[in-house]
Amino acid sequence: MAFALTPEREQQVEDVLTRYPERRAALLPILWLCQRQNGWISPDVVEYVAERLELSTSIVKGVVTFYTMFFDEPVGENVVWVCRTLSCDLRGGKAIQERLESKLGCKAGHTSSDGKFTLLKAECLAACGQAPMVQINDHYYENLDLALLDRFIDTHAANGADAAAAEFATFASFHAPTGRDSGRSSVSSAPPPPSREAVRLASQPPPPAGEKGDET
Amino acid sequence: MSAPSKPLLTARYGIAESWKLAKAEPAGAYRIAREALTNRKPADLKEEVKKANIRGRGGAGFPAGVKWGFLNKREGEEIYLVINADESEPGTFKDRSIMDLDPHRLIEGAIISCFAIDAHVAYIYVRGELAFSIGRLEQAIAEARQAGYLGERPFGIDHPIEVYVHSGAGAYICGEETALLNSLEGRRGEPRLKPPFPAVKGAFGMPTIVNNVETIAAVPDIVEMGGEAWSSLSRLPGDGGIRIYGVSGHVKNPGLYEAPVGITMRELIDDYAGGMLGDRPLKAVVPGGSSTPVLDPRRKVDAPAEADPLHKWHGQSEIDVPMGVDTYRALGTMLGTCCAIVMDDTVNMVEACRNLMRFYKHESCGQCTPCREGTGWLVDLLDNLCDGRGKVEDVELLVNVSNNMMGNTICAFADGTAMPMLGMVQKFREEFMEAATRGVPEGVRHDESVRAMVEGRA
Ligand SMILES: Cc1cc2nc3c(=O)[nH]c(=O)nc-3n(C[C@H](O)[C@H](O)[C@H](O)COP(=O)(O)O)c2cc1C
Ligand code: SF4
Ligand code: FES
Repeated sequence: MAFALTPEREQQVEDVLTRYPERRAALLPILWLCQRQNGWISPDVVEYVAERLELSTSIVKGVVTFYTMFFDEPVGENVVWVCRTLSCDLRGGKAIQERLESKLGCKAGHTSSDGKFTLLKAECLAACGQAPMVQINDHYYENLDLALLDRFIDTHAANGADAAAAEFATFASFHAPTGRDSGRSSVSSAPPPPSREAVRLASQPPPPAGEKGDET
Repeated sequence: MSAPSKPLLTARYGIAESWKLAKAEPAGAYRIAREALTNRKPADLKEEVKKANIRGRGGAGFPAGVKWGFLNKREGEEIYLVINADESEPGTFKDRSIMDLDPHRLIEGAIISCFAIDAHVAYIYVRGELAFSIGRLEQAIAEARQAGYLGERPFGIDHPIEVYVHSGAGAYICGEETALLNSLEGRRGEPRLKPPFPAVKGAFGMPTIVNNVETIAAVPDIVEMGGEAWSSLSRLPGDGGIRIYGVSGHVKNPGLYEAPVGITMRELIDDYAGGMLGDRPLKAVVPGGSSTPVLDPRRKVDAPAEADPLHKWHGQSEIDVPMGVDTYRALGTMLGTCCAIVMDDTVNMVEACRNLMRFYKHESCGQCTPCREGTGWLVDLLDNLCDGRGKVEDVELLVNVSNNMMGNTICAFADGTAMPMLGMVQKFREEFMEAATRGVPEGVRHDESVRAMVEGRA
């Protein structure tokens, strides 16, 4: 059957088309709407988008294959991205990946046998100060250690994506400056103290954050 | 040498639900946009930005006021503002905080900037992974439009302004401004040859200003304080204001800190980020995103000549030079995005380097042979070195490949790969030589050394 967007998403397409002076510029936004509905960019999605924007299917395909977030083959119900770039690896990104592989029962680049999770390696996801981290679908999970990872993957498997996100997903949040630590690096010669207004920001999982502190 | 008396860019971060108009507005949001649009002239506003000496916060450090000055609108042309929220440079995580915690500041900056440069539409290009930030921005835009700050007559004046969010879909190269424009236009995110520069021929063939999120978010404060006053918050000449510094890696308190331009890396690590994790020694720091050559605290500034821009710091450690666009360039590195990756003595630099070079291999868009092939060769060589299959000649080969990548490509990606690669070999050559003869011993691999930490044993 030919692919079609829901009437609500069709409405969003109409809105998106008003935002740009050229029709083609709506290509990425429309591909996103389709992928959200369909899970991946299947050949009939390509046909639909090409027709909607009056482009050739090869142009649409060329764009789809350029971007890592557009899937040109089916993926699991949930897509898990584990960040393996330097800041995350400095704080245990590899261990996080290994734990995910054993918990989900599949290697990075593969989908679990029940079709629930596709595990993929990600490049830096702009959460380096809250490393190590993973992204599942639209949500970030930061400041991970293995115990926390276990808890949220178990919640995810038992109660679903929304429940896990509600309890464990993270976003930038504000923390008052912490008391200055007396510890100094061995190469330091004591410089003057910073202005008291130094802002410390860190993404913290919602409660129970206290427990995490106990483990480290 | 003045420090800011209060936080500016991050001033509203601590307010509960700071992302909502109802909370942001009583704390000052849109007050300056209203004043600017109803009482000031665009030329005035441009002049303030110029006097502010704000160097672009996206990595290249180009003065925003000068860039705005390149616009020269011809008959029948439309000017666009494009805000770069691709934030994909490894180590960088600052723009996300603005979008999540104070989206109204960015929108206010966009409104003032559009008015100043005579644009009617601003696109915010956000990397696709940041679905949460995109949601916050869209919500905030809807609120601003509802309040009459966007739309046909923002603040009642006859200068329509719309702000739209455009989501990327996973490609580091789309942070490069011309690749970003292609992606905005619905194309593959491949960089374009420059010239023409975006200010002449950018989005949809029209004159376009591309600026980073933090650059635009600073505009309201610049207009409020006046360019000169804002500029003098910095500790350095010609590089004005305050900025958001990021720190990740082996420090006690990784995170984001607002501070004047020109603090030193040592201050950032010790005073802001609480010092080194576990009080281990600092080995190396990548100062401003992965494309910036590494700093080695053991190395001393060699600038005996009085005319040398670094003469003031002659004999001091590299990490005691103030962090500025020009000072860091003189030091042979770059300030980049001002987000540092800190590494302690357990990190093997060959391994760290391999990690970053894999990133570049994965992200090269493939248009230019030196970049496409070079990034692959670098990873092959580093794989061999790490796995004990390397030869001493491979270290020279890393240098040769890097040198051949520089200056030979469409965009700055290849230079941004080769420069940090060269810096690593130059500063940690003995480690590369050791890897060439012995491989990288398992015990000092960075991914192993922190295992205890994530396992809760540390
Ligand atoms: C490979 C590459 C990636 C880049 N990524 C980003 C990015 O993620 N965000 C950004 O603001 N600028 C990025 N830039 C810099 C932009 O090309 C451009 O200089 C910048 O957005 C201009 O804004 P500014 O002057 O306010 O810094 C990148 C440049 C290159 C060469
Ligand atoms: S330098 Fe690399 S990333 Fe830039 S256009 Fe050439 S191949 Fe693409
Ligand atoms: S390195 Fe993992 S988020 Fe940046």
